Amino acid sequence: MENLKKTPLYDTHVKLGGKIVDFGGWAMPVQYSSPIEEHMAVRKNVGLFDVSHMGEMDVSGKDAFAYLQKLCTNDLTTMTPGRCRYSMLCYEDGGVVDDILVYKYDDEHYLIIVNAGNTDKDYEWFKSHLFGDVKLVNQSPEWGQVALQGPNFMAVLDAVGYEGAIPEKNYTFTPAIKVAGIDCMMSRTGYTGEDGVEIYCKAADTPKLFEALLATADKTGIVPCALAARDSLRFEACMPLYGHEMEKDITPMEVGIGFAVKMNKDDFIGKSALVDPPKRKRIGLKVTDRGIVREHYPVYCNGKLVGQTTSGVFVPTLEGSHAMALVDMDVADATDFEIEVRGKKLKAVQVPLPFYKRA
Amino acid sequence: MVPTNRKYTANDEWILEEDGKLKVGITDFAQHELGDIVFVDLPGVGDEFKAGDDFAVVESVKAAAEIYTQVTGKVVAVNEALNDDPALLNADAWENYIAVFEGAIDGEVMDAAAYEAKIAQ
Repeated sequence: MENLKKTPLYDTHVKLGGKIVDFGGWAMPVQYSSPIEEHMAVRKNVGLFDVSHMGEMDVSGKDAFAYLQKLCTNDLTTMTPGRCRYSMLCYEDGGVVDDILVYKYDDEHYLIIVNAGNTDKDYEWFKSHLFGDVKLVNQSPEWGQVALQGPNFMAVLDAVGYEGAIPEKNYTFTPAIKVAGIDCMMSRTGYTGEDGVEIYCKAADTPKLFEALLATADKTGIVPCALAARDSLRFEACMPLYGHEMEKDITPMEVGIGFAVKMNKDDFIGKSALVDPPKRKRIGLKVTDRGIVREHYPVYCNGKLVGQTTSGVFVPTLEGSHAMALVDMDVADATDFEIEVRGKKLKAVQVPLPFYKRA
Repeated sequence: MVPTNRKYTANDEWILEEDGKLKVGITDFAQHELGDIVFVDLPGVGDEFKAGDDFAVVESVKAAAEIYTQVTGKVVAVNEALNDDPALLNADAWENYIAVFEGAIDGEVMDAAAYEAKIAQ
């Protein structure tokens, strides 16, 4: 564990009794109390996550827009300052480099949020494609980030106190807001399928912010939540995760996130490869036999191997075990499948994505 | 804390001799490490195992853990209650066994004091 990277909240996690694991080179808590309780807290009330391990790239300059437009599959033309946009970065062959969130400060200044485990790779990717007047800075070590998620997240902000405008619409952000007296940036975003905000601050201020939000627990019932709950929440909402649903040899079209790929915009990296119809499709499966399905298990249809599961997570609010799988297009509409678990084939039926949608 | 009436394996299983048969379960330390247990893949009654084989799988929210036996012999009963409520292993890992074997302990096991010393490390 000594060689692992630590977020500014590492000591806080230990103090709170978090069970620390190696998560892609980061020492992060996988659970505090119970993953099931933490999952339910976010669905029914409110929970708080440390997401400081996420990477941040600051992109500025006269050509910042043209530069990002060339790298992102999504169209940034319609973005106004204060908006966030989900996008992919693709390789020339259409495979996914990473999925990212673009924050627009103004026409010549953006902040890009990338997956923790991809930070170094993405930085090299951005750097190797620089052109014109663009300044790229890897600001990851300077930022702390927490995710306040759940239907009652506003009660926590009211209790802790804030000065500034809470972003009202999904995928918008407020660049400067004080939370518990701390200078922050706040976006109406998340990775749980629930309403909530993500709050950014200086790395050094993160413990104070995290502890202030948690200190409202008497009034709000907020609980700290860790990686296991984050995974089961995003899985239940069927939000793809890099390294699982997305990979360098999986295209965004196969993942079913074509909404983040705008084929009618000017050229972007990977566009020519994405013209071809996808050969595989991400589907949802519900296991009808007894057993739990995990990732990378073989999937069969009519006795023929047709793909594999990309994620399988036990979700307390769903009956039975569920999985997402990437299967050959010719069986994408089939109902009955089998998933091989330790040599045994368990029956599964296709169910629509997502498994959970907030009311 | 650790009951003194049974033997322990390096993989955090316990073995309790009762009426000439051997009950096998996982220790409280093991259930705590696994976290919320959501499924137990029980062996079949009549299945035969050699010491060192995995004979059951305990799935927690986080991962699947194979459970090994240090008993060479035949399964004569399984804890069916775990089918309906796998979390019984979290609630009381000492009371809720996984399977009962007819056979003999084969290979290295520890007493309670040695096991307590191992998990304290």
